[in-house]
Amino acid sequence: MNAQLQPTGSAYFIASETETSERHTLSVLVDNEPGVLARVIGLFSGRGYNIDSLTVSETEHQKHLSRITIATRGTPHVLLQIKHQLERLVPVHRVNDLTVISRSQGQEAPLERELALVKVAGAGNDRVEALRLAEAFKAKVSDATTEHFVFEITGKSSKIDQFIAIMQPLGLVEVCRTGVAAMNRGPQGM
Amino acid sequence: MSNAGNDTGRREMTGAEMVVQALKDNGVEHIFGYPGGAVLPIYDELFQQEDVQHILVRHEQGAGHAAEGYARSTGKAGVMLVTSGPGATNAVTPLQDALMDSIPLVCISGQVPTSLIGSDAFQECDTIGITRPCTKHNWLVRDVNELSQVLHQAFHVATTGRPGPVVVDIPKDVQFAKGMYTPPQQAPRTSYAPKMQGDMEAIRQAVALMASAKRPILYTGGGVINSGTEASHLLRELVQLTDFPITSTLMGLGSYPASGKNWLGMLGMHGTYEANMAMHDCDVMVCIGARFDDRITGRLDAFSPHSKKIHIDIDPSSLNKNVQVDIPILGDIGMVLEDMVRLWRATTKTDKNVLKPWWELIDRWRSRDSLAYTKNDDVIMPQYAIERLYELTKTRDTYITTEVGQHQMWAAQHYGFEKPNRWMTSGGLGTMGYGLPAALGVQIAHPDALVIDIAGDASVQMTMQEMSAAVQYNAPIKIFILNNQYMGMVRQWQQLLHGNRLSSSYTEAMPDFVLMAQAFGAHGIRCEKPGDLDAAIQEMIDVKKPVLFDCRVANLANCFPMIPSGKAHNEMLLPDEATDEVVANAIDAAGRQLV
Repeated sequence: MNAQLQPTGSAYFIASETETSERHTLSVLVDNEPGVLARVIGLFSGRGYNIDSLTVSETEHQKHLSRITIATRGTPHVLLQIKHQLERLVPVHRVNDLTVISRSQGQEAPLERELALVKVAGAGNDRVEALRLAEAFKAKVSDATTEHFVFEITGKSSKIDQFIAIMQPLGLVEVCRTGVAAMNRGPQGM
Repeated sequence: MSNAGNDTGRREMTGAEMVVQALKDNGVEHIFGYPGGAVLPIYDELFQQEDVQHILVRHEQGAGHAAEGYARSTGKAGVMLVTSGPGATNAVTPLQDALMDSIPLVCISGQVPTSLIGSDAFQECDTIGITRPCTKHNWLVRDVNELSQVLHQAFHVATTGRPGPVVVDIPKDVQFAKGMYTPPQQAPRTSYAPKMQGDMEAIRQAVALMASAKRPILYTGGGVINSGTEASHLLRELVQLTDFPITSTLMGLGSYPASGKNWLGMLGMHGTYEANMAMHDCDVMVCIGARFDDRITGRLDAFSPHSKKIHIDIDPSSLNKNVQVDIPILGDIGMVLEDMVRLWRATTKTDKNVLKPWWELIDRWRSRDSLAYTKNDDVIMPQYAIERLYELTKTRDTYITTEVGQHQMWAAQHYGFEKPNRWMTSGGLGTMGYGLPAALGVQIAHPDALVIDIAGDASVQMTMQEMSAAVQYNAPIKIFILNNQYMGMVRQWQQLLHGNRLSSSYTEAMPDFVLMAQAFGAHGIRCEKPGDLDAAIQEMIDVKKPVLFDCRVANLANCFPMIPSGKAHNEMLLPDEATDEVVANAIDAAGRQLV
């Protein structure tokens, strides 16, 4: 039987989403204590939010503070909810929507950087070409034998995407990316 | 360091002693719990003192709901104590229940010794992992020297801001270990600081908007009750000053008296016609401590389309979550209402004539009498049972708890609540089995009060075992069962949506509740005729024992009025229009496509 004609029915009311999704980068300052990352990730999965990229590291050792950078996607309404839901977590000190702040400062986007290690193996022309392109991308050679290179590249995620795509036919073996580190431009701190 | 007590209260003691000391220092008089291997040291300490009384339940879920009932009826934190593994997993339902209804609940759980954590030890579970999404915060304490501060912090987090449940998980070796106890301090962690005072500019704008309203409404919720009794006083003052009509969610009943002349009754899916129509047609809506839940709003895109909305809430994530509002005010309800009342007095002269046409319209809706039902001389109508229960108990200080289902809605519709903290029900999570243990908790907090659980025959069987605890502690709770032999609300939805195919909603083997009462050592009453009802209820009130009251009601009565799914506030299904055919076709194809 046609599921459309014989629907299940419900006790819930659901309005269709009309706003369009945007990608935003959030900075979350948290107490560096066990389980804090699980709380943040659990909140995203439990409430159905997206995570495009996530990085975390202790940034102020004395104060036991860590900074989590999350690239997420949602409608402006959902993005505001994400910020408020994060602020509700007890170990969370501050949440900044870097994208919103950068726009309010007249900039297109916050300062975002990512680091990647890219292993390429091969010989002959491919090898020469890989090295030449790496120089063009200002990637460093961090490890090498006569059969391979490990390039270390830093930059915007889009630049790294491009570099990896170019290395693909030249003997790309593996890639490791750190995820996005980000902050707003200008003299103010978080 | 010395072992003797000194001025600051710092003393060396074991972890288990610290638990009991922290309970005392945080003003706890009763806790609800169930012993087991991983909490034996704490039980040993409880045994050797008399300040904190332990109430032994029969299942950890019962401990949680009892602590919730205790908390809701007193405004203090409820405390439960459970062992590791199954003790902790059984606590999950009340924790989530408390999270959704914003109830301060402190759960202390035992854990296997730290050296065994992660080894799949006997009665081990990842309590912190399991309870992380169903608590406001939780802690695993690995160092006895941190235990006292964590416990104090747990009480602070549970009771401040938007209240909620917390878990403190204590491994058994930490309970035995000796360390330094420090008393509660006024230095909460820096990352947690709920904003209490509302923004004055926003409050000024709100008062100006309210003063300009021609068709205003106050829509209040559980936040008013959570803010404390002073908030309810201020709310009443605001209603008196403004002469605005007022409605409330299920959770907020009692903050404004049901006998008050501005009272419209509850709103939402099973709310009154006048409350929902007024919500739909108002020009200024003031939402106070409610959260625009889906049971309240009906179809979101048709929700109160012509109103400016003011929303007061202590939780920033509640503001603009489901409904965009014009003036959000972040802060404690009591504090914001105080500012509002003061500002209204100073700036606004109420001209009651302005609201006259609005009140006339409301009175027309009221005359529709949407809670009416067909009386019957042979069979007890469930609405009639609640009405009689109300009439015979209204002169007493009565506390009502409920389970979840039709009886819960009938209780909310037909029992009049005059004071806050008198109504304990599971709203957000909708936990069948909440009411009986909650009544136990309420009775422990108010030993001389009349405490009644308005129950359904299906729900009450989920936590029936706590009758045994009620008998043990001489808690004379009255379990008033509206027995229609069905899971009534499930059946009602099956009639509405599933072609009246009553799949598993009829209980073919119903226990004899009177015999069951006797087996527990409680008192059993059965009533089948409307003519006998008053005498039977009076007997229930007079008996100084726990009572199971088997009230046989009309089997197929349904709960109206009702907003069918996919419909707006002004498309209610009223009882006199709800013929079988209308019921079967109430929800159109669009409404049925929802989850």
